[in-house]
Amino acid sequence: MSGDRALLVDYGEGIALSVNEKVLAISSLLRHNPPQGVQAVVPAYRSFAIIYDPLLTEPDILKREISSIENYHNHALRPEAQLVSIPVRYGDEWGPDIAIVSAHTGLKTEEIIQLHSSREYPVYMIGFTPGFCYLGGMDERLKTPRRETPRVSIPAGSVGIAEMQTGMYPVESPGGWQIIGKTPLRLFAPERENPFLYKAGDRIRFEPISANEFDRIYKKEHS
Amino acid sequence: MDIFIVKNPGALTTIQDLGRFGFLDRGVPPSGALDSSACRIANLLVGNQENMGVLEITVMGPILEAMEAADIAIAGAEMGMTINKTPVPAWRSLRIKKGDVIRIPLAEKGCRAYLAVNGGFAAPVVMGSRSTFVRAGFGGFQGRALVKGDILKKGKAALLEQPLLLPSEFIPEYPKELVLAAIPGPQEGSFKGALDLFFTARYEVTAQSDRMGYRLRGPLIEHDPDAPQSIITEPVVPGNIQIPADGQPIILLVEQTTGGYSKIATVITADLKKVAQALPGNIVIFAQTSIEEAHRLYREEERRLEKIRALLSLPRLQTVFF
Repeated sequence: MSGDRALLVDYGEGIALSVNEKVLAISSLLRHNPPQGVQAVVPAYRSFAIIYDPLLTEPDILKREISSIENYHNHALRPEAQLVSIPVRYGDEWGPDIAIVSAHTGLKTEEIIQLHSSREYPVYMIGFTPGFCYLGGMDERLKTPRRETPRVSIPAGSVGIAEMQTGMYPVESPGGWQIIGKTPLRLFAPERENPFLYKAGDRIRFEPISANEFDRIYKKEHS
Repeated sequence: MDIFIVKNPGALTTIQDLGRFGFLDRGVPPSGALDSSACRIANLLVGNQENMGVLEITVMGPILEAMEAADIAIAGAEMGMTINKTPVPAWRSLRIKKGDVIRIPLAEKGCRAYLAVNGGFAAPVVMGSRSTFVRAGFGGFQGRALVKGDILKKGKAALLEQPLLLPSEFIPEYPKELVLAAIPGPQEGSFKGALDLFFTARYEVTAQSDRMGYRLRGPLIEHDPDAPQSIITEPVVPGNIQIPADGQPIILLVEQTTGGYSKIATVITADLKKVAQALPGNIVIFAQTSIEEAHRLYREEERRLEKIRALLSLPRLQTVFF
């Protein structure tokens, strides 16, 4: 229970892909076939919230709906996932903390880029700011703690690392993650028909690009 | 059509409606009027739909010069509005003409007032709402608070046939000490040793309070020794009261979708408008309640608005609703 308008359902204590997949599958089923009175379904790492209108339903009814969907889920298909490719310029002014990651991990810049861009990351959840994605499955060798003092402002498009997580800042905001690169894409564009490039459950792959390529795509995206 | 030129923007004046829904799972918070009740009533008082764009005025209001004749109404915090330097009442419609200067000086009681105009303040609908989300820079007037020289537009609508006013029994009071009903949870289990203290303590509203959250100062709320200090990030809703490491509660409002701090309790929906009207220095006391009671108060609030809606429709519809 999270107040008088939201039910919070959680499926475990830690961050695990199997738990997150269950959260996303059940959220997706609830969203595609919402029980009466349900206004929103918000998935996170290991939990989801159902926001409801107390004039139209009550928590006990929703709890019954959720358990019936949990049973049905065993036979259900997973929600359709996309693979989204994100061009990234690593290091220098685009990724000012790559030296910190290098000092902490003992890896050379090229090795960091190679390890970070050589796998597909599942999008566990989106939160914090519009389109900010929390990605799982980073190579353990890249693990780096958050900055001791968070930055007041991190530019839109920045790609960062915090402990075992990696993710992107779609809008300029404060933040404590180590910034290793930047994408020229507009990850969140409110005026676009689809303002977002990805959703929870999708997979993301980072493609290293040159400075020229960055400028070319940036101009196209921001014109 | 152009309706106002902003002579002075005030402390924080933004266009809001009842909020942006459908994108919570993408990290886009609801935004919208913090005191949705005052926003709805202001709109009703000028014959608008309740969800039309209004100006949310915080603590210190703007000076606006009218560019056309219109009906306006102000609801919420008592701010001593004047038209051409003559004091005018709140909670009723007022006819203005071209060249009139509207001043909304300072909140005397309450923190936020809502100014509505017939036809609604116009702004592009972004992701289903006219609400401004300043932190991400979109919605409302160019994604930001008003500044001097802005020209505000309004939607087309007929002027009222007769003035509308809210009967005084519906006008809320804004006391300096507020009691907020709250339901324990979702992480009340991490605060077994502190729940009694939390529900008896007096907290002061600090100046670090905004549309994202109200930070309070008062008795320290400690996590139980065996409880985790934080949680894996999960969805949050307006009213959640989170306890960060310093033990000082924060009431979350409309500009955040997820969070990683434990939440000891949640302010009920019917009392969120009281939070919206709390000024720094005001005292907050939390009163434990049940979900059943919260839902009863929610329905009561809806019935109250239904009654207001019916009353304000009377002159135009000539229909008796009750």
